[in-house]
Amino acid sequence: MFVTQVYGDNGKMKEYHYTGPVEHRFSPYSFNGGTVLAVAGEDFAIVASDTRLSEGYSIHSRDSPKCYKLTDTTVIGCSGFHGDCLTLTKIIDARLKMYKHSNNKCMTSGAIAAMLSTILYGRRFFPYYVYNIIGGLDEEGKGAVYSFDPVGSYQRDTYKAGGSASAMLQPLLDNQIGFKNMEGVQHLPLSQEKAVQLVKDVFISAAERDVYTGDALRICIVTKDGIKEETVPLRKD
Amino acid sequence: MALQDLCGFKDSFLNSRWNLPASHPVEYLSESPIQFVIAAADTRSSCNGLVACPASQKILPVHSHLVGTTSGTSADCALWKRILSRELRLYQLRHGRRLSTAGAAKLLAHMLHPFKGTELCVAATLCGWDGGEQENISKMGNETDDLAKTSESDSISQAEARGRNPCPSPAMSRQHCSAGGKQLVRSGPSLYYVCSDGTRLQGALFSVGSGSPYAYSVLDGGVRWGLTVEEAISLAREAVYRATHRDAYSGNCVDVYHITSHGWTRRDREELREEYYREKERERGKVKERREKQEGVEDGQSSGRKK
Repeated sequence: MFVTQVYGDNGKMKEYHYTGPVEHRFSPYSFNGGTVLAVAGEDFAIVASDTRLSEGYSIHSRDSPKCYKLTDTTVIGCSGFHGDCLTLTKIIDARLKMYKHSNNKCMTSGAIAAMLSTILYGRRFFPYYVYNIIGGLDEEGKGAVYSFDPVGSYQRDTYKAGGSASAMLQPLLDNQIGFKNMEGVQHLPLSQEKAVQLVKDVFISAAERDVYTGDALRICIVTKDGIKEETVPLRKD
Repeated sequence: MALQDLCGFKDSFLNSRWNLPASHPVEYLSESPIQFVIAAADTRSSCNGLVACPASQKILPVHSHLVGTTSGTSADCALWKRILSRELRLYQLRHGRRLSTAGAAKLLAHMLHPFKGTELCVAATLCGWDGGEQENISKMGNETDDLAKTSESDSISQAEARGRNPCPSPAMSRQHCSAGGKQLVRSGPSLYYVCSDGTRLQGALFSVGSGSPYAYSVLDGGVRWGLTVEEAISLAREAVYRATHRDAYSGNCVDVYHITSHGWTRRDREELREEYYREKERERGKVKERREKQEGVEDGQSSGRKK
């Protein structure tokens, strides 16, 4: 959807009750909200996202999940501008098919991450406004999470939150999964059940405090047996 | 234009999300007979006030004898380093030898030049070792034009010898003697700073990034020709630690790379939070000592008066 932005003299956004002169400019981007989270375990990976699609003060859809299945071992979560999310996933699907036809095998998670980095950087001066997180299994069967910024800088993590509520969720994950900022705590490895429960709790908290997150939660659990999907309701207000 | 559009976005969380690792990689080129280059950097990548990644890698190896530190936009630095590695590898395959650090710096500067004026932001220092592996560094190889000379007697005699010699010494320039067909390449440690606005500088000491003024102050106070490897590493680490303490955009951990004629080696990543507490402990110990000494002096004075 087209959006006009209201700019002042110095190019900064105006406040809500501003009454002076305004410059209306067309912006090719729009912010559709949503939060994505990924956690990597010993032999599993979890990618979860909420399903709310919003714009400004309106909600366009309550059933628009942001996780997309790429291969049997990889799921990508994209949040930001929905138009760019759709196009980007189409481009990734096409490139996956091309790779499969030329190399006679599926792309691994690490290869998809490297490819996505170059796809995003190819649009360095008119970026895809998408925050991507890839979750999947690497060649050894261990969980892998790759997080990206809109222009393609990426690295492999154990856990990452992206999207509108990322600044709220990331410190909570740092504490619960990374055991940061705690003294004298036993570092237990994360089991799949505990990870799924943690993801659900964390999204319930995010839905409480972030207006763009809510409606429902879609969890994709990637293991060597395939991808399992689960839907959990969240606050609808 | 476009990333500014993202910046101007209403939602404050998503403003200007280009990872600006405003780090301050610190490099030091040794002039002592023991030749090495040290590169140290912090590990914080920030994005408009949010720490996007507390454990990023700002020192990227380009090949076995060349390491590049990165500052500026994460994606730009990562991609351009990758392109540089590819070009250097192609050069090595075509010409049978590694390209020197000066050549790599020139290549990077020329690759970035078409993007001058755009929002590309790369400030890299290339730290490397040119030439082959050596046990005893040849004396011819360790002089460069603009560096201050050490107090080592052999290098002074070398400068004199150069003055007397009518032909430029092989250390000064790369000569291709067509008669012998032998190539004389300057060998030894080398340090170049390349920036996306076109700057390309050679030097012995660089500090780059938002915390660089703090790092410079520590380095300028401690650096001297003739430092040993351990002293140089601890100085670089101290510089990064002080800069992370004072600069908001630097922090978390410190990475140290050490480059010699045998290639680069990496020290384990070190958490600087522990260093802060250790320093506080040391301060507390010193204050206690001072207090005890003062009490001892006062006791002595009072007992002296009594007598």
